[in-house]
Amino acid sequence: MVIREPQFGQLKTVLAKLRTDAAAQVTFLVDKNGQSIAVQGDVGNLDTTSLASLAAGNVAATGGMAQLVGEKEFPTLSHEGEHENIYICVIGRALLIVVFDDQASLGLVKLRVKQASREFAQIFAEINSQANESTDDESLFAEITDEDIDSLFK
Amino acid sequence: MTFINYASREINCKIVYYGPGLCGKTTNLQYIYDSTAPTSKGKLISLATETDRTLFFDFMPLELGTVRGFKTRFHLYTVPGQVFYDASRKLILKGVDGVVFVADSQEERMDANIESLYNLEENLQAHGHDLMKLPYVLQLNKRDLPTAIPAADLAAELQRKGEPVHEAVAATGVGVFDTLKSVAKQVLTELRKS
Repeated sequence: MVIREPQFGQLKTVLAKLRTDAAAQVTFLVDKNGQSIAVQGDVGNLDTTSLASLAAGNVAATGGMAQLVGEKEFPTLSHEGEHENIYICVIGRALLIVVFDDQASLGLVKLRVKQASREFAQIFAEINSQANESTDDESLFAEITDEDIDSLFK
Repeated sequence: MTFINYASREINCKIVYYGPGLCGKTTNLQYIYDSTAPTSKGKLISLATETDRTLFFDFMPLELGTVRGFKTRFHLYTVPGQVFYDASRKLILKGVDGVVFVADSQEERMDANIESLYNLEENLQAHGHDLMKLPYVLQLNKRDLPTAIPAADLAAELQRKGEPVHEAVAATGVGVFDTLKSVAKQVLTELRKS
């Protein structure tokens, strides 16, 4: 997946709005392979890299279970704790993750996520449609030399 | 699939350590984790059973530095090696950019190595990947054991496409970083080609 500046800004804007509307602590987008795409909110000590990887593993495992019972996938997952909760929604190749506490309700989060999902889906459609367009930045990768690669391991 | 974020100037790649049960996949990650500066790594997450066998996967993010202004991060995963966790293994290969096959050098594990290698090829195919085209490294682990069969014999049996072969003793770190460098270089070279 390739994310460019304009779409990255749009994703962050929608994430920020969702965070406010749902009274959530953190909202973030992860691709289905576990790579973090964009984060908004009070991250504090939250290890978003690990959370992204575990959420992707969680969705993948749940998707595997869905197929065993004849479903394509289970598009939403929710985990409720004593104080903290996580809601995950599959949007195409991405996962939307909302971390919220008891100041928000699961119902409100679900409603706001549903509204935001349409906007995310549009932005991801744009990202996909531009996937094959090359930019000056991309020629940078063609210019990577063996020395550049070796320098990472010194 | 390599994830490139032009806005935050990051390249993220996924490398999976594959191999039969108890071959040393988690030990490879543990050594990398223990030997890396705190600023270059995230947490090592291990989803393991009560007896420390990998149940789903181990994961650690590793930042190698900057290439042409892009931060280069590798997400290292292991799979559960035990035969009956095949569904989990398949899931973890999703979006993989490079694979390290960790072979157990002991003679009595030869069949397990071969079975696991076939399983890797099958599971890659399920995701539309071809081992022959993917960045790939063969690590011959546990070279210090008295029952280890000669490296040349192991390589002759397990090498698939002239991929780099590294002898290793993951528990003491021998060959661990050579293996990682070898697969990471291939992944970045692939990025250059694409």
